[in-house]
Amino acid sequence: MTAIVVHAAPTRWWHSRAVARFMRHHLALVGIAMITLLVLACAIGPYALPYDTLQIDLRARFAPPLSGHHYLGTDPLGRDLAARLLMAGRVSLLVGFSAMLLSTLIGTLVGVTAGYRGGWVGAALMRTVDGFLSYPSIFLVLALAALLRPSPAMITVIIAVTSWMETARIVEAEVRSLREREFVQAARMVGLSRQHIMFREILPNAMGPIIVAASLAVARAILLEAYISFLGYGIQPPLPSWGNMLNGAQQYLASAPWLAIIPGAAITIAVTSFNFIGDGLRDALDVRNDHF
Amino acid sequence: MASGIQVASPVDVALSVRELTVSLPEGMERAYAVENISFDLKRGQILCIIGESGSGKSVTANAIMGLLPKAIRVSSGAIHLDGMNIVGLSPDKLRSLRGRVVSMIFQDPLSALNPLMTVGAQIEEVMAAHDVGTPASRRSRAMDLLVEVGLPDPQLMYHQYPFRLSGGQRQRVMIAMALALEPAILIADEPTTALDVTTQAQILQLIRDIQRRKGMSVMFITHDFGVVAEIADSVVVMEKGQCVEQGGAEQVLKSPSHLYTRRLIAAVPHLTGKNRIPLETAEKISILKVEGLAKTYRSGSALFGTQRIVPAVNGVTFDLTSGRTLGVVGESGSGKSSLGRLLIKLMECDGGSILFEGRDIAGLSETEFRSLRPKIQMIFQDPFASLNPRSTVGHILTVGPVAHGTAYRAAAERARELLSHVGLDTGAFDRYPHEFSGGQRQRIGIARALMFKPKLLIADEAVSALDVSIQAQILKLLDQIQRETGVSMVFITHDLRVASQICDEIAVMHRGQIIERGPPSQIFLDPKSSYTRELVAAIPGGQPGSMSQDESRLGHQRQGETL
Repeated sequence: MTAIVVHAAPTRWWHSRAVARFMRHHLALVGIAMITLLVLACAIGPYALPYDTLQIDLRARFAPPLSGHHYLGTDPLGRDLAARLLMAGRVSLLVGFSAMLLSTLIGTLVGVTAGYRGGWVGAALMRTVDGFLSYPSIFLVLALAALLRPSPAMITVIIAVTSWMETARIVEAEVRSLREREFVQAARMVGLSRQHIMFREILPNAMGPIIVAASLAVARAILLEAYISFLGYGIQPPLPSWGNMLNGAQQYLASAPWLAIIPGAAITIAVTSFNFIGDGLRDALDVRNDHF
Repeated sequence: MASGIQVASPVDVALSVRELTVSLPEGMERAYAVENISFDLKRGQILCIIGESGSGKSVTANAIMGLLPKAIRVSSGAIHLDGMNIVGLSPDKLRSLRGRVVSMIFQDPLSALNPLMTVGAQIEEVMAAHDVGTPASRRSRAMDLLVEVGLPDPQLMYHQYPFRLSGGQRQRVMIAMALALEPAILIADEPTTALDVTTQAQILQLIRDIQRRKGMSVMFITHDFGVVAEIADSVVVMEKGQCVEQGGAEQVLKSPSHLYTRRLIAAVPHLTGKNRIPLETAEKISILKVEGLAKTYRSGSALFGTQRIVPAVNGVTFDLTSGRTLGVVGESGSGKSSLGRLLIKLMECDGGSILFEGRDIAGLSETEFRSLRPKIQMIFQDPFASLNPRSTVGHILTVGPVAHGTAYRAAAERARELLSHVGLDTGAFDRYPHEFSGGQRQRIGIARALMFKPKLLIADEAVSALDVSIQAQILKLLDQIQRETGVSMVFITHDLRVASQICDEIAVMHRGQIIERGPPSQIFLDPKSSYTRELVAAIPGGQPGSMSQDESRLGHQRQGETL
């Protein structure tokens, strides 16, 4: 049976009130602009710069920003900081996005199942969530990172495994309230299977909170990756990440402060931008704000 | 229209509205919420404003109270309260008028009362806000008011929180609050719409009594002509923001001059008391036989000793043959909706049997029952909540048949056919539910239920959320469908008038049990139980005139039967 109904996008969605509300949220727009800029810079930047991340320029060690051809200066080995920052951005953003996708996926699956099934299945799943939440996740992350071989993929998995619980809780609550709506009963009435009802009928209606949680999850994943890498358990040099760049900058804080300030600023910009976007989305998608 | 009214002398007019126009923000469906309306509320009278949803009647009330939302404003016209024009008055002056000169009661007493304040404190607050009396005098006044609105045990009631009261009691508290400062004018915005018929009758009686006793003027907003017949002295009929007719209650009800009024009155479901003409094709095959059906709700925890057990459906027994409609009527909490959900197995029952075409479906698991689902379908109450807002109408209609193995193309073809059959454009197929009105959505819900060619349709308050004129159309559609397909129906409703229109047989439910069952003629004209008698007596605008005619006609029918 090839009868898969293709969902046409709702007509003129960009005219919707949610979009209008989002456009009124100036900080969220700033966030979008910053993230777009960062992503573009990280994607294209390394090709445009004259230096490679690993190219050592011994004559220009500790060059301060805006000196010569090194726009952001160089590190103790004379490697170009701009090139490393953008390459590190690729790694950090990629880890952040992938961890978000993975944790949202896990959280959504658990949340939808727990919310729709309820009863002992729901109780068991939600108590598991409580268990994960009550474990100090930074220790778990460090223990896992110390135990396993730290690669970007592994770091992504570790972050996702320790951060899906909030999504699960949000989705569970949303699904539990949607489950009682009449259209879900109507779906049962026409004899749809449980999976179909959970993922095709209910889930699209719970996308708002999931999107909000996901945008905040990116920010947290970037931050978590920076922690781990800063402590030396994460992305291993010579592959740069914003976290391990900070780690390398520690000893030169007095003599070459830009080594810490520049990746630090990148982390701050990325994290606050995602938080702004998250706030904007929350205001835009929250129906309780729909007064007029 | 408005030109016919002479300007009454200000002495006997409590409230006069002159050429009032209220504009809506841009981009709404029309430019004005109300346009150029004029009417007078005479002292000591009840004026009913009637119209369908979106006719601008609530906006009119809010304009008089000075409670319009910011985006909506009075653009021209005058509202005279005791000879003073309140349009454009400062918020402070308006505030001092509210409660003192005009006060208002709302449709939903639960959301209009503060859940965190006791009943007594809320009544006193009204007086305190206007600096009336001392704490002691306010307290005794509040007590008097509780007695006045007929609440039992005022001492106890004074200390209660709103959630402990029933809907009718809450509405009485709202009325007590509105009366606290003895206003000259009371505005009641659909105060009985959310209430059961028996409670509605009591509240209408109360408003009538208080109005007579105090010589108050009441502006009563409603969409129900039954209510108008019950209490109105004069009537204003509104349509799409315009006042289309006004006059004495007698005159408007008996000889309406405007086409719209006539249509509205014609659409009001009347208690017929006549039995429905049975379908000709009806061979008497038993479709549904329910025996001793029971469902008990348990809440709280047995472990912590906080368990509450409420029997929702208790030993219900009935049967239904093909092509016939059984009406299930009762007040809220009577278990009629639970019964509907049990029949379609959206809820598991605790005991008893449901024989559908001779097979007991009560004990079947969800997977076993899935193949039978197409034969039993339901039409839901809320046309807004019962359609998935993220799916197209086409998807909503076809998803069920496709899941049961019909090819998509065949299902889509049937969906288009049914859409035009229930009176919708076939273009509706690709559109989303939010693009339709309540009545149109209910038609989509009916089309969905018909996709499978079911044997049994369960309609759970299928017309309660709709305006009367739309109600009449939907009832007609259901009747037509039944005559064409011979489907059996269980029609659940709280409105006896609606039930009398479409049912072959009526079961009255009270506290989870069927206390009386019979043809409409018996239930409405010769009820056996006192509860049914009470229900029938409470129907607004029910009994007069038409009823006795029906009775005589029925007498002939009965004679015919015995012969």
